[in-house]
Amino acid sequence: MSGGSVHQALSVAVSQAVPLPGSPAAVAPTFDLHIPSQLTLALGPDIVLFVGTTVLMLWAAWRPDSREHQSNVGRASLALVFVTMAAVVGYDLAHVTAGPGVIAVDAFRWASDLIFLAASAGTIALSIDYNAREGILAAESHVMVLFATSGMMLLAAGRDLMIIFLGIELMSVAVYILAGFNRRSARSAEGALKYFLLGAFSTGFLLYGIALIYGATGSTNLTVIGDRIHLYSLAGTPLVTVGVALILVGFAFKIAAVPFHMWAPDVYEGAPTPITGFMAAAVKAAAFAAFLRVWLEAFGDVVYQWHDAMWFLAILTMLAGNVVALVQRNIKRMLAYSSIAQAGYVLVGVVAGTTLGASAFLFFLAAYTLATLGAFAVIVALGDAGETQLDIGDYAGLWTTRPWLAAAMTACMLSLLGFPIFGGIGFLAKWYMLQAALEASYFGDAKPQVELAVMIVVTSVISAGYYLRLVTIMFMRPVRADGGAAGNAAPRAGHLTQWVVGVSVALLLALGLAPAYLVSWTAKSAPVIANRPTYLLPSSAIPPR
Amino acid sequence: MASSYVPVLLLIAFVVANAALIIGLSHLTVRQRPTPEKQTPYESGIPPLGDARERFSVKFYMVAMLFIVFDIETVFMIPWGVGYRQLSCGVPLAGGSCPAGHLVWFGLGEMLVFMAILLAGFVYVWKKGALQWD
Repeated sequence: MSGGSVHQALSVAVSQAVPLPGSPAAVAPTFDLHIPSQLTLALGPDIVLFVGTTVLMLWAAWRPDSREHQSNVGRASLALVFVTMAAVVGYDLAHVTAGPGVIAVDAFRWASDLIFLAASAGTIALSIDYNAREGILAAESHVMVLFATSGMMLLAAGRDLMIIFLGIELMSVAVYILAGFNRRSARSAEGALKYFLLGAFSTGFLLYGIALIYGATGSTNLTVIGDRIHLYSLAGTPLVTVGVALILVGFAFKIAAVPFHMWAPDVYEGAPTPITGFMAAAVKAAAFAAFLRVWLEAFGDVVYQWHDAMWFLAILTMLAGNVVALVQRNIKRMLAYSSIAQAGYVLVGVVAGTTLGASAFLFFLAAYTLATLGAFAVIVALGDAGETQLDIGDYAGLWTTRPWLAAAMTACMLSLLGFPIFGGIGFLAKWYMLQAALEASYFGDAKPQVELAVMIVVTSVISAGYYLRLVTIMFMRPVRADGGAAGNAAPRAGHLTQWVVGVSVALLLALGLAPAYLVSWTAKSAPVIANRPTYLLPSSAIPPR
Repeated sequence: MASSYVPVLLLIAFVVANAALIIGLSHLTVRQRPTPEKQTPYESGIPPLGDARERFSVKFYMVAMLFIVFDIETVFMIPWGVGYRQLSCGVPLAGGSCPAGHLVWFGLGEMLVFMAILLAGFVYVWKKGALQWD
C-alpha cells in the first residue's frame, strides 16, 4: 500500500475525531447514573463478566484439581470472555451514553474493553496449553485472569477516582497471584513477591494522591474535579500539584515507565509465560486507559504542572527501555524492556494532549497488544517443560525447523519495531503517534513536540538492534548442536496456542493492509475531552509561566 | 473549622504526657540492682525452653488470613447500617424518617449482593478445604 492512502486514512480519521454537534449519539438511550437500576444497566458487560467469573470460581473449586478440570474451566472461561465481548460490542453498536456519574459510558470504554478482552482470551487459550505442559493443575489460573479482566473493565469505565482505585486493586491483586502461580518455580515466587511489594507501595502513592486531590477539590469525580480546578483556579496550588504528582507516580509504576520500571524485568521473567504476555499487553493497556481518562478529564487545567514531568518520563522511558533491551540475552527479559520502551511511545500520546493523541494512543495500544500477545504465544509454542530454553540463542535456526513460527515471530518483532507491511499495523501505529506528536497543542496553541517525534524515530532505530537480532538468529544461524528451542520439530503445545499465534499475527497483518477500519474505530473511540477544554482557552487567558 | 480538631489535639497531648509521666516516674523512683538471675528472660515463672523463632505450620497463617478477610469484610456492614435509612428511601429523608410510599428495596438489595459475593468466597474456601485442620 502506498504512503498516500495511509495519510488519507489518517487525515479522514482526524476529521472524524472532532466531535460534531448533533451526532447520532443524541438519539441513543442515555442512562441516568443516579438511578440504581440504570447504573446497573450501564455496567452490563462488567456485571456479566463478574457474575460469570464468580460462578466459574465455585466450579473450579467443586472438583479436585486435574488436567481435564483445568482444561474444562479454561474453555468455559474462554466462552465467558466471548460472551462479554458480544455484550460490549452490543453496547457499542447501540451508541448508549450516560449523564454525569461515577462511570463513563462512551466509545473509549468499549474500545478499551475489547482490547483487554481480546488479550485475556489469548492469555486463557495459552494458559490451557501451558498449564497442561507445566503440570499446573489449579483451574483457578483462568478464573484469576477473568477477575483481573473485570478490574480492567472497571478501570476503563471509571469516571471516579474511587472506582478507578477499586479497578486497579481488583486487577493488581489477581495479577500478583497469577505472577506466582507456578508454585514450584523459585523465580516465579521471587517475581510475585517483588511485584506484590512494589505494587502495594505504588498503590500507596496513588491513594495518597487521590486523598490530596479530594482535599483540594472536595470530590473524587473526574468531571467535578476538572470543573472545580477550572472554576476556582486551583491549578498550581500546592495540594493539587503534589496530588497530581503522586497520582502520576502511582500510574507510572503500573505502566512501568522509567524510572519506576525496576520491578518489570524480574517479574516478567519469573511469571508463567502466558501471564507475562497478559501483564505486558492487558495490564499495561488498562493502566494506560485509566491514566488517559484521569489526565484528560480531571487534570487538563493542571497542564503546566505535569507537562514537563510527563515529557521527561516519555523521553527517559523510550531511551532507557530500548537501550537496556539491547544487552538482554533472555527473551522474556528482552520483551520486558521492549514493553517498557513501548510504554514510552504511548506516553507521547498522553503528552500530546489532543483528541488526535488519544486516538493514536488507542491505535497504538491495539497494535502493541496484538504484537505482544503473538510474540508470547510463539514463546509458549516453543517452550519446553520447566522453561529452560529462553535464551535468544536457543532460537537459532528456527526458520529451518519451524518456519511458520519463525515467520510469526518475525511479524511480531517487525510490528513492535514499526516496520511497514511485514510488520502489519506496527508501522501505522508509530506513524499515527508521530503525527500526534507533531500536531500536539499546548493550551490551545499548536506546539509541535518535535523533540518527542525525533526521539520516537531515534529510539526505533535503536530498537532494531534487538528486534532484528532475534530475526537474524532465527533465519541466518544454523540450529545449535544441542538443538535449543528450535531443535525439536515436534509441536510442544496444543492447538489453542497455534490458534492464538495464527489469529494475532493474521489480525496484525490484515489490519496493516487495511487500516482504515481500525483508524476510524479508534478515532471515534477517543474519550470526549469534556466540555471545558483547557486546550480551547484563548491564549490571552493564559497566565505567564 | 480548625477548632473542631482541638479535642483530638487534647487527646494526643494527654496520651503523650501520660506515657512520659509513667515511664519517667518509674525511672526516677527505681533502685537498680541487676543480678544475672534477674536479667534472664521471664517466661511464666519457668526457665525458657529453646528458641522463640520456630517454624509454624502454614495452617495457622491460613486461619489468620481467612479471619482477617471475613472480619474486615463484615466491617463494611457498619457504614451500610449507618446509611440504611436513606438507602431504603426513594426520596431524601424528612426528619430522619422516610415519607410514606417511598420505601425501596435498594438498601437491602445492595447488602444482599454484597453478602452473596462474600458467601461465594466462603463456599470457595470451604470447598478448597481451607477450613479443615488436617
